[in-house]
Amino acid sequence: MTTLDLAPGRGAAPRRRAYAAQTRMELRLLLRNGEQLLLTMIIPIALLVLFAKAPIADVPKPRIDFVMPGILGLAVMSTAFTGQAIGTGFERRYGVLRRLSTTPLSRAGLLAAKTSAVVLVETLQVGILCAIGAALGWSPHGNAGDVVGVLLLGTACFSALGLLMAGSLRAEATLAGANLLYLAQLGVGGVAFPLSDLSPSQRHLAELLPLGAMSEGLRHVLNRGIGVPLHDWVTIAVWAVAGAVAASRWFRWD
Amino acid sequence: MLLRGRAETCRVAAAVEVNGLVRRYSPTAGISDVSFTAPAGAVTALLGRNGAGKTTTVEICCGLRRADSGQARVLGLDPARDHRKLAPRLGVMPQAGGSGASGVYPSARVEEVLALYAAMYADPLPVEDLLERLDLRRVRRTTWRRLSGGEQQRVSLALALVGRPAVAFLDEPSAGLDVHARHTTWELVRELRSAGVAIILTTHDLAEAAVLADAVVIIDAGRVVASGSPADLTRDASARGLRFEAPPGLPLGDLEAVLPDGASAQEVRPGHYAVGPRVDPDTVAAVTAWCAKQGVLADNLTTSSRSLEDVFLALTAESS
Repeated sequence: MTTLDLAPGRGAAPRRRAYAAQTRMELRLLLRNGEQLLLTMIIPIALLVLFAKAPIADVPKPRIDFVMPGILGLAVMSTAFTGQAIGTGFERRYGVLRRLSTTPLSRAGLLAAKTSAVVLVETLQVGILCAIGAALGWSPHGNAGDVVGVLLLGTACFSALGLLMAGSLRAEATLAGANLLYLAQLGVGGVAFPLSDLSPSQRHLAELLPLGAMSEGLRHVLNRGIGVPLHDWVTIAVWAVAGAVAASRWFRWD
Repeated sequence: MLLRGRAETCRVAAAVEVNGLVRRYSPTAGISDVSFTAPAGAVTALLGRNGAGKTTTVEICCGLRRADSGQARVLGLDPARDHRKLAPRLGVMPQAGGSGASGVYPSARVEEVLALYAAMYADPLPVEDLLERLDLRRVRRTTWRRLSGGEQQRVSLALALVGRPAVAFLDEPSAGLDVHARHTTWELVRELRSAGVAIILTTHDLAEAAVLADAVVIIDAGRVVASGSPADLTRDASARGLRFEAPPGLPLGDLEAVLPDGASAQEVRPGHYAVGPRVDPDTVAAVTAWCAKQGVLADNLTTSSRSLEDVFLALTAESS
């Protein structure tokens, strides 16, 4: 029989070690889950190819240049918002977060690990989408820093909103709601057709949605090589701050 | 000298000290008065029926819930306020099943979850040894959701112990285990005790409390109704004694004259006699000799000591 030295230990490991282990676990769970992969990888790739090749909507030519910015925004939303909301919602429901709270891992450490995993998955998504885009003849313009800035601010915004849902609603409600919002924003978020096709009032509304602001902002950079309009930065930032404040107010760990 | 004196005081101080704890969910649910202390190097069992308030008490002690009033101290710290400081020194095994909140990622493999928890502590137990000890090597690559109930319980125990806690809270650790696994668990709990860990476990299994616990705290309907060592709790005069059956109306005054000092006899109901409070071989000899002299046969003569079950049923009968 194996003997165990059960004498009390010295307590917590260095924070970095716990954070790294938690990040690995989050990443593993994201990449192992079939539904998550469908949402974060397969759907964006399929839509990219479909919208670029099939004459579905009347979009400015070349089609790939129009479609790419919206798909990048969609990829960020699928991971940071939809995937994270559903995953965290069920972790809460299964008592995973509650049990983790009895370990040395702090809430900040858990959030940092979740965010790192999301950013790593997004990097993978963006890499794959850009490679496929390049193969389809995509020719991006503008400042890469602006693009990364919009993607990161969008990540912060969608993460906050996703965690708000996951931490305040029942897991089933989060599942339904997160998918519904994904579809709704896919419809009017400037992914499949330009927001300029909408009536002026509808257009203003759509531009106030996080995905609408992201895809329009990215389009300014990637298609026209100019800076992101201030109102798009502001829109995403306001959603991010409001989401973060609401999440820290209403997020329940059990 | 002063420093040494203080160190010694610390060592003997209770690892867990709970005083007048109250947490109400509704007028009938929750706990209304729970107090106990649990020293290091000892097993303290919180014994009670389902819904008695055991889990609530444990959850307050490990900082998962706040008390409405009363005080809990774990290793001298306030579990709610000092949670971050305390958590690294606790091992918590939540109750399985119930709300379905197992507390483990359903799609994570056994070895992955154990490695995750091990990474959070300064000097964790070797994961391999723990897997071996709890007979989990076969299922190391199995995901949590595919484990049997008993396997999940053992993984859950491993997660509570991997960080080498100073205080272990085990909420129904042997629920759903087969006989072998239960003994493995008990053996581990005894080793924890020898290593100086304070173990607080909840159970509704009287046998478990009787064989494992140094101290038993009986909780009923949210309050402590009795506490002490299993021996203390069962050392109650009224229920220990000698019983026999014989024709009704025997002259018990004569019997008492031949019994050892302090012993008395009574006819509990016609034809049923009880002798107590203590029974030793002399008492048995005196009773049988006296019956022989009376020309009666002492039938169904039994001696019994009160079991923990008797105590528990008597104490918790009121609220049922």
